[in-house]
Amino acid sequence: MAIRKFQKASVFFMRLLFFGLTVLLSQVATADAATAAKVTAKRIVTENGMTVILQEAHSLPVVNVQMIIKAGAVLDTEEKAGLAHLTASLLEEGTATRSSTQIADAVDFIGAELSAGGGDDYASASLRVLKKDLAAGLELLSDILIHPSFPEPELQRKRQEILGQLIAEKDEPGVVADKAFNQIVFGAHPYHRPEEGTELTLPSITRDDVSLFYDQYYRPNNTIMTIVGDITESEAASLIKTYFGSWPQKPVPTATVPSAAGLEKPIVKLIDKDLTQANIILGHLGIDRKNPDYYAVTVMNYILGGGGFASRLMTNLRDNQGLAYSINSHFQAGAFPGSFSVSLQTRNAAAQEAVDGVLAEIRKIRTAPVTDREIEETKAYLIGSFPLRMDTSARIANLLAQIEYYNLGLDYAERYPKLIGAVTKTDIQRVAQKYLDPDHLALVVVARQGEAKIRQN
Amino acid sequence: MPILFYLLFASLLFLPVSPALARTIQAQTLDNGLTVILVEEHKAPVVTIQVWYRAGSRNEVTGRTGLAHLNEHMMFKGTPRYGKGEFSRLVAKVGGTENAFTGKDYTAYFENLSADQVALALNLESDRMTNLLLDAKEFQLEREVVKEERRLRTDDDPQSLVIEYLYAAAFLIHPYHAPIIGWMTDLNSLERNDVTAFYKRFYSPNNAILVIAGDIDPKKLLPKILQTFGKVPKGFPVPPFHITEPEQNGERRFVIKKEAQLPFVFAGYPVPNFSHPDNYALGVLANILFSGKSSRLYRSLVYEKKLALDVGGEYPNLSANPDLFYVYGVPQPGQSADELEKFMYAEIERMKTEPVADRELQKAKNQIEAGFIMGQDSNFYQAMQIGMAEAVGAGYSYQETYLENIKKVTKEDLMRAAGTYLIENHRTVGVLIPQPHKDKD
Repeated sequence: MAIRKFQKASVFFMRLLFFGLTVLLSQVATADAATAAKVTAKRIVTENGMTVILQEAHSLPVVNVQMIIKAGAVLDTEEKAGLAHLTASLLEEGTATRSSTQIADAVDFIGAELSAGGGDDYASASLRVLKKDLAAGLELLSDILIHPSFPEPELQRKRQEILGQLIAEKDEPGVVADKAFNQIVFGAHPYHRPEEGTELTLPSITRDDVSLFYDQYYRPNNTIMTIVGDITESEAASLIKTYFGSWPQKPVPTATVPSAAGLEKPIVKLIDKDLTQANIILGHLGIDRKNPDYYAVTVMNYILGGGGFASRLMTNLRDNQGLAYSINSHFQAGAFPGSFSVSLQTRNAAAQEAVDGVLAEIRKIRTAPVTDREIEETKAYLIGSFPLRMDTSARIANLLAQIEYYNLGLDYAERYPKLIGAVTKTDIQRVAQKYLDPDHLALVVVARQGEAKIRQN
Repeated sequence: MPILFYLLFASLLFLPVSPALARTIQAQTLDNGLTVILVEEHKAPVVTIQVWYRAGSRNEVTGRTGLAHLNEHMMFKGTPRYGKGEFSRLVAKVGGTENAFTGKDYTAYFENLSADQVALALNLESDRMTNLLLDAKEFQLEREVVKEERRLRTDDDPQSLVIEYLYAAAFLIHPYHAPIIGWMTDLNSLERNDVTAFYKRFYSPNNAILVIAGDIDPKKLLPKILQTFGKVPKGFPVPPFHITEPEQNGERRFVIKKEAQLPFVFAGYPVPNFSHPDNYALGVLANILFSGKSSRLYRSLVYEKKLALDVGGEYPNLSANPDLFYVYGVPQPGQSADELEKFMYAEIERMKTEPVADRELQKAKNQIEAGFIMGQDSNFYQAMQIGMAEAVGAGYSYQETYLENIKKVTKEDLMRAAGTYLIENHRTVGVLIPQPHKDKD
């Protein structure tokens, strides 16, 4: 992962922090579910096996392309952790006919945004370009995906950059806490390690490793492409043929990924750092995205700590006790079971009090049914705000890619109100009991430990 | 009711190639002084409602910093009509999102909703414009929340500390001296009465701008605005602001020693804002130096010399008073901060002495234009640009003519602007010197 690109001098202080203005800008605008949540996308599979989802949107002369390549960090071996991420990061750094700087010059000259990067489950690449420069943009996107040359000096440079970022991240207490937490919770599963690799694994990755990984996994038949914007179906078909038709397909190796086992006993990890605040994360293994309980868990977690100002954790620990500025709970549900976690920051001396407060809320939602008002308002929000995920073309492109990756069906937006609407109070208590386990938690606290005084048992 | 009526088709003004960009903007002032700006955009049945107050940390005084931001937090703590937590609850219930943010020159509140729920946001926002409870117990709790926010975002982030001190060093008498979130000792000593006084002074229709963008029909919407915001009584006139920072005659430098892994260099130069014709050249200059992987700083310091892990900068044109053009860098592990700083300045010096190539100038203008068009994808972003321009005194017409003015910038303008403003005698520099971890047990 890259260093977060903030506007360095904070322009705003918000009631609730968003990570950077770009997130803020994309978090916004919602619509009435009944009228707005319509996907009119078309799904095509090309002759060379690439799945393409197209949604026309002609209100602006802009086209967004989102690519998902099933070449994520879960495919890495333990010894070469970081290979998938490094491969994705090098796509923009040179092709058979263009140097890294030529690519950057060409992208910036047309005012486009082109990026490629790794992820746990899949790598992605995206393009945002003015309609008038669409052909030039697609040419660049296809070039970095189909003809990357992985020049040795670029590999060396990128590796140094990633190693440097790993060092810089040690100054971010939240990142330090998350990494330690994943290490404990995921056991043998690859989610336990950072996708960008470590100081130990990165030096061993060679150009041959990168080339082989690319050759195995960067194939059209292993790729989802979504296009949203000012483009017609026939234009898209012809452009895809021109720029991606020559990408040769090839069967992709099936990977065996070690699975995670739950914790047998609670684990507490304390990391001493000269901070005024304790950064706290606690939780355990959660669910994957295909779990049939995903929607019940979504509603339950919204009430517990996912629902911003409406959640119990926010109401009780922030609004009623002034213990934290930011507090939330989260189920990370990907291709494999991710984590359930609660994160917060509080002054060192209040750390144990805050942990106890979180535990009390987790126990409470397991033992007592949620109220009618809570479940009704949660459903109303989740259903009513669904179009918030579809308010800009870039967000639609991203959502469509997710829909295809998880096989949710192009009618997902229309089915979503029913999926959420069907969740009952009984479901919520059942999934709380099944997926929350306050007796087998991993707890990580990054703080001045002398002041935080966390109980070790 | 005095009505100023504008109809602007943005595409006709400066983007003849993209007729799809037509948007209709209507601006007027109500009898109570509220500025109302409506932007019709029918691509989706959604609306953003934003209320901008011309009150930010700039309007605070010594010993009372953090008031504007704390007031923002208190705006969610209830009125006689809608109690604590009700505001957020009612918006979430209809699938809406809401939040607020405080800057140096303004505080803004927003709701993003389905177009048929616009009346709810009008009711809630007009109610809290003058009816806030400002309960004493809630004040005490929220002060603790804000202190946690300060610890999170400033005290435990060494780079943020450098930036905070840099503004304090660069602005001696102008209130841009103080951080938006406030100094910790001020947060400890603020009283409820301070917030009440700030709220009464600055929260009034004559000191606010209402921007609504999205799927609206102004003819139907206007009566609703008059029934809600139109009934809020006019407040006291806000006295004019008169503080001007004196000219700086020599570089100012400071260091901060804190536990950290890597050094950090942050330098700022006072520059004019939107009101000066040079603001367009400064915008293009910032683009050439900082924007994208082909930018001067990234190409030279990250890519070629491998001195920096991260570099960047910005020119804040939309500030009520002249702010800082800033540049920063984090050295690669093993590289020195001094060396990095030297080369950062070398790139700035080049802007004064060598004319940029035609293609590089065109690239910068293309990037700015594409960014502007892509920004129209979001109602929220459009409304925010308009609200901010109005709040700082530029007026939304500044946005409407921005691209035209950018296109007129020449390479001579760039050299002149760099030579006038980005000079050593006006510079303030802060450097973080990392310290090793010490056990405090």
